[in-house]
Parts: sequence; structure tokens; C-alpha cells
Amino acid sequence: MTELKLELKEKIIEQLNLEDVSVDDIADQDPLFGEGLGLDSIDALELIVMLDKDYGIKLADPKEGRKIFESVETMATYITENRSA
Amino acid sequence: MGAGVAITGMGIISAIGDNVSENYKSLISGKIGIGKITQIDTVHKDEIMVGEIKDVNPSLEKRLKFHENQNSRTVLIGCIAAQEAVEQAGISDINDVRTGFISGTTVGGMDKSEQYFYDYFDRPDVRQHITGLHAGDSTKKIANHIGLKESFVTTISTACSSAANAIMLGARMIKSGQLDRVIVGGTDSLSKFTINGFKTLMILSDTYNTPFDDERKGLNLGEAAAYLVLESDAIVDKENKNVLGYLKGYGNANDAYHQTASSDHGDGAVLAMQKALEVAEMDPSEIDYVNAHGTATPNNDLSEGRALIRLFDGKVPEFSSTKAFTGHTLAAAGGVEAVYSILALQNDVIFPNLNYKTQMKEFDLSPVTEVKKKPLTTVLSNSFGFGGNCSTLIFSKAK
Amino acid sequence: MTRPVYINGIGSVSAQKTFDNASFLEDITHHSDTVLNVISPDYKTHIPPAAARRMAKGIKMSMVSTKIALQEADLEENKIDAIIVGTGLGCIGDSEKFVMDIIDNNEQYLTPTRFIQSSHNTVAGQIALGMGCKGYNFTYVHSAISFESAILDAKMQLENKEADYILVGGVDELVNHHIDTHRLIGHIKQEPVETMAVLKSGTKGAIFSEGAHFFVLSSEKSPSCHVELVAVKTFNNLSKNQVSGKAQTFLEENNLTSDSIDLVILGYNGDIEFDDYYDELANGLFSNTAQVYYKHLCGEFDTASGFAFWLGNKIIRHQDIPEVLRLNSVEISEPKTILIYNQYRGENHSFTLLRKC
Repeated sequence: MTELKLELKEKIIEQLNLEDVSVDDIADQDPLFGEGLGLDSIDALELIVMLDKDYGIKLADPKEGRKIFESVETMATYITENRSA
Repeated sequence: MGAGVAITGMGIISAIGDNVSENYKSLISGKIGIGKITQIDTVHKDEIMVGEIKDVNPSLEKRLKFHENQNSRTVLIGCIAAQEAVEQAGISDINDVRTGFISGTTVGGMDKSEQYFYDYFDRPDVRQHITGLHAGDSTKKIANHIGLKESFVTTISTACSSAANAIMLGARMIKSGQLDRVIVGGTDSLSKFTINGFKTLMILSDTYNTPFDDERKGLNLGEAAAYLVLESDAIVDKENKNVLGYLKGYGNANDAYHQTASSDHGDGAVLAMQKALEVAEMDPSEIDYVNAHGTATPNNDLSEGRALIRLFDGKVPEFSSTKAFTGHTLAAAGGVEAVYSILALQNDVIFPNLNYKTQMKEFDLSPVTEVKKKPLTTVLSNSFGFGGNCSTLIFSKAK
Repeated sequence: MTRPVYINGIGSVSAQKTFDNASFLEDITHHSDTVLNVISPDYKTHIPPAAARRMAKGIKMSMVSTKIALQEADLEENKIDAIIVGTGLGCIGDSEKFVMDIIDNNEQYLTPTRFIQSSHNTVAGQIALGMGCKGYNFTYVHSAISFESAILDAKMQLENKEADYILVGGVDELVNHHIDTHRLIGHIKQEPVETMAVLKSGTKGAIFSEGAHFFVLSSEKSPSCHVELVAVKTFNNLSKNQVSGKAQTFLEENNLTSDSIDLVILGYNGDIEFDDYYDELANGLFSNTAQVYYKHLCGEFDTASGFAFWLGNKIIRHQDIPEVLRLNSVEISEPKTILIYNQYRGENHSFTLLRKC
């Protein structure tokens, strides 16, 4: 899990082009959207593609993303439970 | 109240017909143009539905007497619609007065650009499409087709409000005396580019689009071209022109909320509609029918519905979205729906919002779902797009 | 009586160091190439990283150019009530990447950002979003008259009291596939050229480039304003022998004659096939008028005439014509009335008239 969480933080920073953010700036429970990292709905769509491409998880409805992308913690849990590989 | 700008011709090609009269017949007989995609080989072909124009490029080229594969489909359909508009307006010499051409497009020649993207280097025979990537290239070719010389010709690209904005600019140029006549509207063909683009936004429906329905799943992309001929009062009087209707009001505003989505309460939409009413010198109560943008995405229909409730202070006139017939034709949508608005006024008929079953939870609004005969004097038409772009046009009956 | 149109603020990001309004082409960058990139300002000092992360180069250039123009106009962002942008190709870099992604990945794993950026109106939309400007928002995409279409619209808005403070600009970015394909069809020169000698190249095609030129237009003259926009007119096509006549008519429509013009700015780009359109004016109607050119400095792109517009403003403001711009040696004591003529490959001609105020 710890490894996956680190990997996710790196991917989020890279995929979303968060130049001024480092892995250490994102705590596992930090909210990714709104108050926390300040991500928005377009970032959510980017993360949905990442789930599909890197973990083989397809989301049909963008609304499903809301709960999954709450924090790195929730993402890691969801991926662990649902990944195809 | 100002008389508005006279509309003396219109032309259209869409998934529900090759010309104005075919489109009208489809609208009143409930004949939709949505189906599986046949002309573009996309991996998504089984997951999406589109509003495709029936004719394949070679047939369109034959109709236009064009050489094979010299033009983007956006140009071909644009030429057909613009030509019909010019013919209907009874124009024998397009250059006899100061005439302009203003076209809206989002993809331009993207259908060819994506097809030959890597081929240009080895295939001199397809290099004619290289400059087609310029959106303005499609406009140039349509202007040449209708024979415009030494004239004002430009292109507007404001996503899905492009044609509405082209109509708006044309009206302003006539009113300010810069042009005597202007052909305005838009054209967009289907492309892998837009199919995949909208797919990434996860707003494509896998079935028939259902505007303003609680269960709506997103939009169907469509392709179309539609143009109006606007002429100054002086020309209309001098040549005793048959006027089809008037463009009374127009307004453009920006939602300034999000790059692609509309604000929850439709601020930009309300502003655009207010401005259009101001230009038309009308009260909201004078609007008889609203041809809504109504794309059937969860976001648009909620935002637009709320905007309508705000603007009309709860007393929303009869409204419908015709996108269940045509799909969302992007840049052309404002032109397509301008033609439909004029048809509604000419025939005193409201076109149905097909596929509607369940009212949305958020408000008490239901569109007109059957063909409805009713005397109409004014129609308001909305077109909204990416980048927060919101446009409204108001049309009125010819006197 | 229509209202006058003043140019209260100007901003430029180009292949020259033009992003500092205090100087005026004092330090010319020489290139020897077939394509030129802009000299980039430090984007980070102008755009917060959180905002910049999804911005294409064209948007960044436009943001900086806008800021410079607003600063000079001494205008708060929230006063802007209309935004009008001209661009030949929009953020073409993202469009091309999205097409490549579609082809290379067989329509799988595509992400929305590139698609969103590739919408032609993304620059105008993002500026509006950044400023919270809910006013009129238009984008023109018509090759060499994209910028002039935007200017024409802004002028009409102001004259008809549809808006009071308008941000209007032109932007285009340069990207690889576009370069490669346009070289293939001879629109870009095949061999590198010393830019300062581009008019003597004797070859077909132009040196392609990029840039962003933004302006604050208003009917209220700001204390720093020196220039009035008198008129702008465009033509989809003209033959060479029509250029002089159209220029003359344009001047007449504005109650001027060729004698009233102090300076002409011509869009020569060193393409032997099409530069003779400019010769029509340079050797005819305006042979005794001071003449300048500029595409040896900023290169050719759809909105390159935005650089000419910037130049006209600078010349009137500084009452100085840098030697590097001169096409002839006609003396001129006080540049007051300037005519700009531009065309690209014989199409999309524009005449723009600026006057000292």
C-alpha cells in the first residue's frame, strides 16, 4: 500500500503537471479536490484515464470518481481492491 | 422596438435532410437522424450514436461538381448549405452590393488532417489538405464557391456557439452600415478528433440523446452546415425582397466559470438572454417559444433550465431542444437552430423535444414533446460552448 | 456621431525582445533560420504555477502580453468588459498532440486537457476565466485577417457603445508538425536565411514564427494614450493591380488622401512569389512616403500583423522610427498618420489606419 501511495503521488504530480508540488506535500489523507490540492473536474477526468491506463480499471460514470479520488488513501484502497493485474 | 435585420434566405444540410424543406418535413414527422456511425472508422463505433449526414463525400462532390478529395467534408456540406441560402434569397450577382460571408467552425478541415497526418510526407497527392487545418480555410473555400470577390470574409470559432456568433456579427455589420448583405452561419463535419475529444470529457451518450430528461446520459455528436442570408432594409425595399423573418436581438456573454462546463446557475446564459432581449427591446414575456441549446448532458440542461427559470421569473415559455433529431452539430448548431426557429415562425409550429420521459428532479420544467401548432411571433434560440461562451438570438415573424 | 477608438495599452511577446514596453527595438536579435520562436518572458513571474499548469504556450504568451497592455493602460482587469481574440490556429500544439495521441494509441487512453486546449477559443476563454470577465467573448480564426477581424469587431463594439474597455489581441504558436508540413508545400523557406536579409533571399516561402499581441481599446482616452484607431478594412482576395485602388478608396472613405499618410507599414516577408503585392504600394501610391517593414524581425504567422499594429503604436508614441525598420530613406519629422497593409499569399488583405491623438 505504501509503495502504491507513493507511486500515485508521483503520477498525480506528473499527469496533472503540478510543477510546484512535491511528493512530500501530499499527505495520504489530504483532500485532492477543493480545499486540499485544489484539483478540479478536468483533473478528475485525467485521473480516470490514469486508472484505466495504468491499473486496468474503467469508470463509466465520472460521478463514481468523486469518492475514489477523495485522497491518495482512498485511491490506493480502491485500486488495491479493483485492479485487474 | 427596432425592426431587426431581415432574413431573406436560408440553407441547411443535416442528419435529417439535405435542404430546408427536407429538414422541416423531418421535424414535423418525428424523423430523427441519429444512428450508428458509418462513415468514420472509429474504435468507439459500437459505444456511440451520431447524427451523420447521409451522403458520403463522393456523392457530395458529385452534387457540387467538385474534383474528388480536394476538400474537407466541412467545406462540402458548407458549400451545399450556403448555395441553397443564396439561391433562396434570389441573389443573381453576389457581388452587386457589399456582401460579406461569416462562418463558424470548430474543426474546419480536421477530418482530412487526422486522416493524412502522417501521410503528407510520402504522399504528394494528399498535400492539398495541409492548409485545411486552418479553420479559416473552409470559410475561404465556401466564399469562393458562392463567388464572393474583394469582400469581407471571416471565421468565428467559439466552440458550440460559433454559428450563433457569426449570425450576431453579421447583424451588427448590417446595422452599422458596413455591409448591405451577409451570409452567416456555420459548418462542422464529424471527425475522430471531436468524437474522441468529447469522449475524454465523458459526455457522450451511448444511446439516443434525451434533452431535459432526468435520466439523460449525454450528447450525440452530429454534423451539419446551415446559413442565413441577412440583408439591409434598403436592399429589401429596393428589390422588394421576400422576407422570411427578422433577427431582432442577439447577446453574447461569458460564464467565466470553467473551461468546459456551465455554471450551476447559468450566469452566462442569463446574461446572454438578457442582452438579446435588450437589443430586441423586448420583455421576457414576449417570447413565445425557446429553442433551447439542450444538449442532453447532465451539466448543460441543468444549467440552462435554471437560467431559463431565472430569466423568465419562473414563467418559462414553451421550449424544446431539437438535438434529439440532429445530434449536437457543434459550430453549426446555432445556424441549424436559427433555420429551425425561422421554420417555426413561418409555420406557427413548435418542434418536439423527442425522447423525453421523466422530469428533472431539480426543477419543474417540461419541454414540448409533440408537434404543436401555435401562433408564434418571437422565438429565442440559445447556443452555449466551451470556454464559457453563451449566445442568444431572438427571431421574429416576417410582417 | 460614433465614438472614437483609442489604444490605451499595448503588449507584445514576439521573436524580438518586445515584452518590455520601456524600450523600443533597441536590442535586435538576429536569426538565421527558417523558423523563429518567441523570446520568452519569464512566465513564472507573471502566471501562478497552479494556473499555468494547463496552459499551452499560446495561452501563456497571451496572458503576459495582456498583463503588459493592462499595465500600460493603467486599467484594472475588472474594467474589461469584452475580450476579442484573433488566432490563425489557436493552440495548435495541443491540437496536433491530440491527433497524434488518437492515431498512435488507436483512440485509447486519451486525456481531456489537450482537447480542451485545442478549442480555438481557449485563449479568450481562459483570459475571461482568469479575469472573471462575463462580457462579450469572441474568437476569430481567419488566417492573415484573424487579428484584423478582432480589431474590426472591437471598434464596432466601442463605436456602438456595446462595450467600454476591450481587450483585443492576436496570438499564434509555432509547432513541429505544422512546420514540417508547411515546408513540404513550400510555404516555409527550404534553406535557412539571415533574417535581416530576408527581402533579398530570392526564394519562395517565408520564415515562420509566432507571437502574442494584445491591446486595450477604449473610447475613453487614458493619460498614457497616444494613438487612435481610425479604420480597418479587409478583403478576402485582391489581384495585384487592385491593391492601389483599394488603398485609395479606403483612404477616401476616411477623408484622407495618400499625401496625408506619413508612414506605411508593409508586410514584406521575403517570399518572391507574393512580395510584389507590397511593391504595388511601395513603388506606386506611396513611393514618396516613408516606408517600413517588420517581418524580418518577427517572422510570418497568421497574426503577424499584430506586430505591425504594435509597431505603429510604438512609432507614434516614441516619435521615432528605428533604422532597422526602414525600407526607404524618405525623411519624416513627425509620424502622425500611419497606414498598415498586410496580405498572405495573395489572400486576406487588410488596411489599418492609426493616427496620433
